[in-house]
Amino acid sequence: MIDFSLQKTLSSAEGRLELDVKARLEKGQFISLYGVSGSGKTSLLRMLAGLMKPDNGAIIVNGTVWFDAAKKINIDPQHRQIGFVFQDYALFPNMSVRENIAFGLNRNDPRHIVYELLELTGLTKLAGGKVQSLSGGQQQRVALARAIARRPSILLLDEPLSAVDNAMRMQLQGTLAEIHRRFALTTILVSHNEDEIIRLSDTVFQLEQGRFQQRAAPTEFFLKRQDASVLTGNVVSVEANGSVVILLDNRMLRVDPAGQAFNIDDKVVLDCNNGAPSIRKL
Amino acid sequence: MIELAPLWLTLKLALSTTLILFVVAIPLATWFSGKKTALKVIIESIVTLPLVLPPTVIGFYLLVAFSPGNAFGKWLEQWADIRLVFSFGGLLIASVVYSLPFMVHPIRSGLSSLPPSLKEASYSLGKTKWQTLLKVLLPNIKPSLLTGLVLTFAHTVGEFGVVLMIGGNMPGKTRTASIAIYDEVQAFHYREANVYALILLVLSFIILLIMYSFNGKMKQVKFY
Repeated sequence: MIDFSLQKTLSSAEGRLELDVKARLEKGQFISLYGVSGSGKTSLLRMLAGLMKPDNGAIIVNGTVWFDAAKKINIDPQHRQIGFVFQDYALFPNMSVRENIAFGLNRNDPRHIVYELLELTGLTKLAGGKVQSLSGGQQQRVALARAIARRPSILLLDEPLSAVDNAMRMQLQGTLAEIHRRFALTTILVSHNEDEIIRLSDTVFQLEQGRFQQRAAPTEFFLKRQDASVLTGNVVSVEANGSVVILLDNRMLRVDPAGQAFNIDDKVVLDCNNGAPSIRKL
Repeated sequence: MIELAPLWLTLKLALSTTLILFVVAIPLATWFSGKKTALKVIIESIVTLPLVLPPTVIGFYLLVAFSPGNAFGKWLEQWADIRLVFSFGGLLIASVVYSLPFMVHPIRSGLSSLPPSLKEASYSLGKTKWQTLLKVLLPNIKPSLLTGLVLTFAHTVGEFGVVLMIGGNMPGKTRTASIAIYDEVQAFHYREANVYALILLVLSFIILLIMYSFNGKMKQVKFY
């Protein structure tokens, strides 16, 4: 069980943000943090990992105090049982794939863990290769395998799938779900991707302006949102006969603009209420 | 008459200086590459001073400090029986001070160029700061380390003002190659001066050649 209550004043290019969050997470939960950029998601992960010091508050994990501002307790990241997957992967370029993963082991850990992890993440054939020569998806797998080599109790994922293409994203989501289950982890994922959140997590926290606005099951959360009942897309082409082609959820659709003027890249809402689909500008 | 002693002394001085500075500069550069504090700014400015000061200024103050007529020099002589003026030891200390920025700066900028997540990833994998430095940070800034080593070595070989102030011109003891050249020219021995000068020129060229060909091979790794 993870209990945290954290306050921190963050300053960025967009101004100051008062982060103030409090939650209790059960062991084995798969949590997604959802929210616009700059709402404090990454900062929250970093505070849990011990990479950023909160101004105030406490973190208690399975009865152990990791941080307590009042008692001046602040456990090093080295001594928190966490696995952290960074947005830029943070692989060590001086090491091979195998060495990167083995770096996560403690001195007395059996070495065969590395081979199990290579197998689990489908990297066995690339084990001896340099990490720079890998594709984005493969690098992501190395980062994931390395993060769990230490058998953490909490896995923190900072937008891990944002830089890979869709097909790879689906595959990696499968791997992530498998890892979460097999290692009985409590996982916290920062993500912008609704599909990913629904597929992977059991609870979503919406972070807005540094505060938790909502906590809900993912499907409930996305269905309740105001724009959930409408489909949005982008105009990709305006044809000579006046028809407009829109890209909607990876599909192309030709729509009669019904007298309205559209430009390429306009964001539009698709309505299917009365027979033929119609669009309007967002 | 060409003597080998000045060349040998130069080599010995440059190698010792480089070795000492490599050990001293890594912790300093690591410290500098972290968060800025007032103390850090002051120390960093002091470390960089030899880059802008005439060597004779540094040589002069070290000479004054080492001189047995003054407090520090007197203390050294009384308590440790060491006299640094006009000795190889004094020369070595002066060279270390004078070449400090040439080692610290490349290592520092190499460390600063690494993404912070590299260090953080290592910490989150349970590794101490020391393990992180040795196994993650330094191996990824090899070109910067090589640059620091080569610049320091070359700079010490070419040192003149500081050496003259602290060491004087004692054959076999403090007369380095650069001073031998000056000495030969003073005595109108242009042929001898030319031999020393040519050896230094070729040596420096070869060192730079090695550095650039190695640094070409170990291209700075791309970070994502």
